[in-house]
Amino acid sequence: MAEHQIKRGVSLYSFQEEYFLRTLSLEDQIRAAADMGARGIEIIPEQSVPGFPQLTDEFVATWHGWMETYGTTPVATDLFLDTKLHADRWLTLAEQVASVRRDVDIAVRLDARIVRAIINTPPEVMEGAAPYAEAHGVRLLLEVHAPFHYEHPWILEHLEVMHRTGSPALGLMPDMGTFVERFPRVVSDRALRDGARPELVDYIVKTYDDHGDTHALMDIMNYRHGGPVEVGLARQATHYIWTDPRSMLPHMPLIGHIQAKFYEMTDEGSEYSIPYERIVPVLVEGGYDGYLSSEYEGNRHIQDAFPVDSVEQVRRQHALFTRLLGTESV
Amino acid sequence: MFDQYIVCEEGFRARDDGRTGGVVEVRMPYYRGLGLSMVEAVDLTLDGVPVPAARTTLTVHGNSYGFDQLPTVLHDRWEMGERAQLAFETDAPLAPGEHDVAVAVRLRISYMPVPGGGRDRKRLTLAG
Repeated sequence: MAEHQIKRGVSLYSFQEEYFLRTLSLEDQIRAAADMGARGIEIIPEQSVPGFPQLTDEFVATWHGWMETYGTTPVATDLFLDTKLHADRWLTLAEQVASVRRDVDIAVRLDARIVRAIINTPPEVMEGAAPYAEAHGVRLLLEVHAPFHYEHPWILEHLEVMHRTGSPALGLMPDMGTFVERFPRVVSDRALRDGARPELVDYIVKTYDDHGDTHALMDIMNYRHGGPVEVGLARQATHYIWTDPRSMLPHMPLIGHIQAKFYEMTDEGSEYSIPYERIVPVLVEGGYDGYLSSEYEGNRHIQDAFPVDSVEQVRRQHALFTRLLGTESV
Repeated sequence: MFDQYIVCEEGFRARDDGRTGGVVEVRMPYYRGLGLSMVEAVDLTLDGVPVPAARTTLTVHGNSYGFDQLPTVLHDRWEMGERAQLAFETDAPLAPGEHDVAVAVRLRISYMPVPGGGRDRKRLTLAG
């Protein structure tokens, strides 16, 4: 095992099912992460902080108390950019930058030094907000989320800003959902339970798994008399992508955080779709020294038929990370 | 993503403000809270009959709004997983027993090119 400084963490996105249903409190989620040795906490303030965007002093004090109690560290917050806040017009550039600045302030109060900029954040907004983020010691990292990838024009526009300005506040946050090598079976199984025709599901899954051309899948489902479920599954197939994890290597100086998206940790301890066994060594090779932050997203695909246990799924992913990173589980 | 949880199984009741109609508790099918100006619709269909939006109101953490007001509500949110009260008026009092309750939520999500939200339908028994 090569030397590395990669650390383990959890995005509380992972526990969305339990938080939605109020079976896990915010404190429960932090405790669960700490229990599995995932000490870096990523939080979505708009999910987890009632009263957002106002954070009371009491909430902030409680938050810092939890970090001390459980030995955890606030690593990242996830911002959203509501460009369609108003029904009749888009936010202006100035309003968008102000929204990002507000979220930088929130990150600072929570003592997180990384802010996830959602994929729809325009490059000019990143550029406009960079000086404020830099002045506050915060890195604003654009998520590289499927179906985008490192050669995509939208990402290239962002890279142009990052390289031209050279701002230390700007960078990238790869979402491992850009490395979906085979179609998540929790998604295709759900479509079958929703009544999709098995031969059409097979067609979509095979096209994806062969890394074939998925662009026209929705049309083909239509030609084959598929209904909304089949067309919806085809749309999903166009929103997953497989690219070589080594495509991250040229961008390593910009990469400050990893969202370790996953859909299903199997009983054998692997992710069914995303080959972490081949991804983590690339991060080690590239000298990545931030967090692997779990993002469990399987709940929504199984909740109709199976009990959701997000904590167990995240625990399994961290057992995998521990194995791949060569560090002992706590 | 949380469609099946939109209609809460508990709390379906007749109005207690002297008007005829009822209240159904509803949750937003989304993984974060959302400003109310981006909640475009919470459409109720009761026993197969659509209830006009003008005859419904949405209450989040004690604050009530008509759907004609929502587009301009910039400083209040429907929190993630929060049980909101969708109150509705009907011409006649609700009959005791089971009702078919269908709710469709439409959300304006900035990163999505199409409307977000979802729909749910449950058989609920009127409390009381």
